[in-house]
Parts: sequence; C-alpha cells; structure tokens
Amino acid sequence: MYQYNDFDAGFIAERNRQFRAQVERRIDGSLTEDEFRPLRLMNGLYLQLHAYMLRVAIPYGSLDPAKLRQLAYLAERWDKGYGHFTTRTNIQYNWPQLRDVPDMLDALAEVGMHAIQTSGNTIRNVTSDHFAGAAADEIEDPRPVAELVRQWSTDHPEFQFLPRKFKIAVIASKADRAVMKSHDIGLRIVERDGARGYEVWVGGGMGRTPMVAKLLRDFLPRADLLPYLESILATYNRIGRRDNKYKARIKITVHENGLDEIRALVETEFPHRRAAFSGVDQEWLDRINATFVTPTLPERDAAAYYAARDTDPVFRAWSDTNVTPHKHADHGIVTISLKAHGATPGDATADQMRLVADLAERYGHNDIRASHAQNLVLPHVALADIPAVHAALKTAGLATGNIGLASDIIACPGMDYCALATARSIPVAQGIATRLEELKIEHEVGHLQIKISGCINACGHHHVGHIGILGLDRAGVENYQITLGGDPSETTAIGTRTGPGFAYDEIVPAIERLIFAYLDLREGPEETFLEVYNRLGMAPFKSALYDEEARAHAAE
Amino acid sequence: MPREFTPKVVTANALIEGDVVYLTADDRWSRDLSEAEVLTDEADADLRLLQAQARAGEIVGAYLADVRPAPTGPEPTHFREDFRRKGPSNLFHGKQAEGLSRA
Repeated sequence: MYQYNDFDAGFIAERNRQFRAQVERRIDGSLTEDEFRPLRLMNGLYLQLHAYMLRVAIPYGSLDPAKLRQLAYLAERWDKGYGHFTTRTNIQYNWPQLRDVPDMLDALAEVGMHAIQTSGNTIRNVTSDHFAGAAADEIEDPRPVAELVRQWSTDHPEFQFLPRKFKIAVIASKADRAVMKSHDIGLRIVERDGARGYEVWVGGGMGRTPMVAKLLRDFLPRADLLPYLESILATYNRIGRRDNKYKARIKITVHENGLDEIRALVETEFPHRRAAFSGVDQEWLDRINATFVTPTLPERDAAAYYAARDTDPVFRAWSDTNVTPHKHADHGIVTISLKAHGATPGDATADQMRLVADLAERYGHNDIRASHAQNLVLPHVALADIPAVHAALKTAGLATGNIGLASDIIACPGMDYCALATARSIPVAQGIATRLEELKIEHEVGHLQIKISGCINACGHHHVGHIGILGLDRAGVENYQITLGGDPSETTAIGTRTGPGFAYDEIVPAIERLIFAYLDLREGPEETFLEVYNRLGMAPFKSALYDEEARAHAAE
Repeated sequence: MPREFTPKVVTANALIEGDVVYLTADDRWSRDLSEAEVLTDEADADLRLLQAQARAGEIVGAYLADVRPAPTGPEPTHFREDFRRKGPSNLFHGKQAEGLSRA
C-alpha cells in the first residue's frame, strides 16, 4: 500500500505541531472555545455526550499490521482499551482527554495516519471496496485511484469550506460493496473499447433526504478525473445552498437544479480546470499504482481447507458466511466479524486488533481492511491456512460466523455516545442479535441486512437496510421507525416506512415478527428477505408488524 | 398567567476530560447531578448560565437542562440527560464506572 513520502510526513508533522500549540493555547485560556472548535474539528476531535471523541481516517479502509498495532496502542494508552470502527471506515476513540490528543496524533503520524478532514465541510475520508485487490469481479484495484483522490483532496485550498461535508467512494466492479451510490460522488472504474475510465455518479446520500446518486458522466477518460472532480466541486461550492444546513448537500443541489443543468455547469467549468493539469497527476498515479501490487500468491494445495469443512461443522458454517472467493482460486477473502452476538457492532479491543495484525502478518500478506459494514477483512489468505486463522480468531472472540446474516448489523453509536443522536442504536442491535442467537434461526433466514441509525443523519445507513431502523425522540421517549426494502448494493434503493414507530422495548419483538413473516412468505430458502419484499410489497410485512401487535394488545 | 418555569441546572463538559459537569450553588463544577444547584427562577437561571459560560477555561458548551426536584436531588426529565449523568448503556464506562469521587 501507499507509504508516506517525506512531503507527506513533513506535512502531517507540521499540522500536528500546529494543533499541539492550539491545544495549549486553549488550555491556557488564549483561545476561546468558539475559536478552538473549528481547529479541533479540522483535526478530527469532537466533543460528544460523555467525552471527547477522536475520529481517525483509515483511507479506503486499508491497513497493515504496523498501522493496526498502533491503533491498538492508542486504544490502550489513551483510551479504554478499544476502538470503534465506523460506517465510513474510520476508527473512533470515545474517551480521549484533550491534553493527550496531540500525543495521539503524533503516534498516528509514526505509522502514516491522521485525523485530518474527518470532520468539517470538506472532502472526507475516501472509501472503496473492502475486497479491493482480491475480488474476482473487479477490473482493477480501485485503491490507487482512491489514493490519488485522497492526496488531491487533502488540504485542497479551494475545498476547505464547502457548503457541507463531501464524501467520495471508488469501486471497480459491477457489484457495489461500498454503497457507492449513496455518496456525494461515486466513481466506478469501467472499460470501454479497451480503454479504462470512470462512470461518475453524483448526488447520492442518506440523511433526512435520502437520494440515490445519478449518472453524471458514463465514461470519463482516465486522465480527466481530477479536473472533472474539481469542476463538480467548484460548481457545488458556488451554487450549493449555504442558507440552510439541511439543503446544503450536493444531492439537494442536483435535485433542485436538475442533473442536466449541473452537467452543463460542470462541462463549462471543465476546460479551464483541465488546462491547469499538466499530466503530473497521471505520473503520480503511476507511482501510486506501483505501491499497490497485489501480493504474489504462491500456489497452495487447498485440501486442508476442504478437509476442515468436512470434519468441523462450526468451521464449515463460519466459512460459508465469512469466506469469499478470491481471484486466485486457492485463496480466500476472510471477513472477521466485529458483530459477536450481543456485542457492540464495530468495537474491537486492543488485543483483538493485535491478533488480527498478527494473522495478517503470518497468513495474510500484511493486508487488512476495515469495511463500511464495521468488520475487518484479511483479503489474501490461502485456503489451506484458513482453518488456522479460524482457530486463532476463536481464541479472541472473533470467530462469529454471521457475515451477511441478520446479526451482521450496522449501527451508529447513537445516544450512548453521540451528541447528535435522538435515540440509542447500539442496544437495539445488541438486542436483535441476542434474540437471533437464542432462536438459532439466522442461518435459516439467510442474507438479511439490518441497519440502525440513532438519528435522521443516517450514519447507520438505515435507508439502505433491507430492514432499516431509525431511532427518534418522540415527546421525550425513544421511538423506532422501521423501513423495508432498502438496498445498499448496485441495485441501490431507499427503504419505505412501514408506519408508526415502536417503543424501545417493542422494537426487537417487531423485528422478530418481520423475520418470521418472511420465513412464512418465502417460496424457498433461496428467496431472500429483500426478494420476498420486492415480490409481495409492504402489505404482508405491515400486517405482521401491526395486526399481530393489535391482537396482542387486545388479548392483554 | 405566566407559563410555569421548569426547574433547571447548568450543565457542561469539563474542558480537559470532557466529563459531564454541573454547576453547584457554591460555584464548583460537580460530576454529580445531585450536587447541582436547582434553578427555579428563569432570570436567575439565565444569570447563572452567563456566569458559567464565562468560565471558558474550565468547561465547554454550558447550557440549561430541565430537571425534576426529588428528595435525593434533581432528576433528569429527559433520557438524554439521564445518559449524560451515567454514561453509555452498552459498556460500563464513564461516570457509572468511575464513581463520582473526582468531583
């Protein structure tokens, strides 16, 4: 993966030196909070309900053992021994003290990491496919392009005060594992007539006005990427609404002006921008490309893997869900679930992080990914080594076999931590997963994505959950709205609300009723929850949610 | 008839630790809601808030939170304030784990 050069290291060191001085000036009283707040946010430091929170970027989710070990060190040295992997492939520390944050940032810089642009109205952490470089269906590794965009967008002087935050995702396969169409800009690397270029999608997003991105350009030549992105950003920077925070995202700009108008403005801007690019960016991309070489994977006899599957039913069940085919048939992509039943989705202890780092070193060509689904991935593991990896994961509580199943829940921190939240989401996820484990039905239920947000901002991606749950404050009481039919994949769809919400103690039973309704309604085990919903629509699920509830109440 | 004033406390986060703190009648910042000064008069509450906000070297983001007086001291009226005084519900961290001794 990309390693910082002297320029990068010098830049981060200087920013950290500045921030250290800013923290000192805040503590000695030279800076007011109003003056300090934008400075700390530029460096990823939030103040939440109970404490500060430091959000560290994991660019396109890529980690190596040294980085992950350092994240573990931060958790242990300056936090409470764990970190929280987020839905945008960042890691958050929930308990740092203000005085320690400059030291934390220096420690991150030692391994080429930082927290810049993890807040504020800037271009945020660039995300990508967590199977990049390993997926059988990609046309190339999308991460070099993500890295190019990261370098271009980091501290870009024109785009530090956008109307609102801005999120970019890059993928390179037909399958969308990065929720690309829910980003302000989604890029898909495509091939046409033997040449590689980009599909450019714009105006996707979740939040209070969820929108699926629209296709702005169906084929952008490779060399035009950065000037074209600048043209979009410059257009948005100029006409994006600054009068209303809730209408300030580019999805609203696109919606209000129309895609054709936006395209015309971007195309008008483009020649000026293009002229300023001499080609240095493409030379730079070549250099970045050279650092993202897929490891040379020796041919390995996979017999041990299949033998373990035959003899160990636990391993078999785990590998059914957590191992994905690799582009090399004798290797597999191992997803490590951070969703043990009843645990906090996305939390990993320092010990768990170190174990994953060790496994990546020993079996995984030093490659680790954080996924937007709040799991970790070892993208290149020989099938023959996977039984040993599984055995090691078991010792650390990391061998939960539930990837893609109903307990593999995305959940935002919600009101247990977040100052913006209107209700809790973590305990709802814990409650659903615990109930599924009691019932022992999730393998029978199969592929089902439940996503929970604790406020309308939708960090928990509830709009694109097959079952989405949104926690709200209704007259001083937590209340949970359910949406059905959302789809985070390449057939992106926004879910539809079922009807009135449910109280905190009603939401887990409500989800259980939905799941049993699905089992009754499906034509066979191969028909997924989403397929049944798309075939039958809302009515039978609504009935399961509300009619039975009415009956139960009547019986009381 | 004027609308009845809901009793308030002044609350904020401590500058260094980020901990939730409450203003006491003797002008300390306490980690314990039961020690907070309960403000039953609107003008008084506004004044205490202004005084609190002036102490920018100690705290961040002071505001008035509704409370309900009880024999053991003020109780939060909203669940958000209940979480703020205890800590998260998924892990035994924050005030609930540390006790209130650091006040």
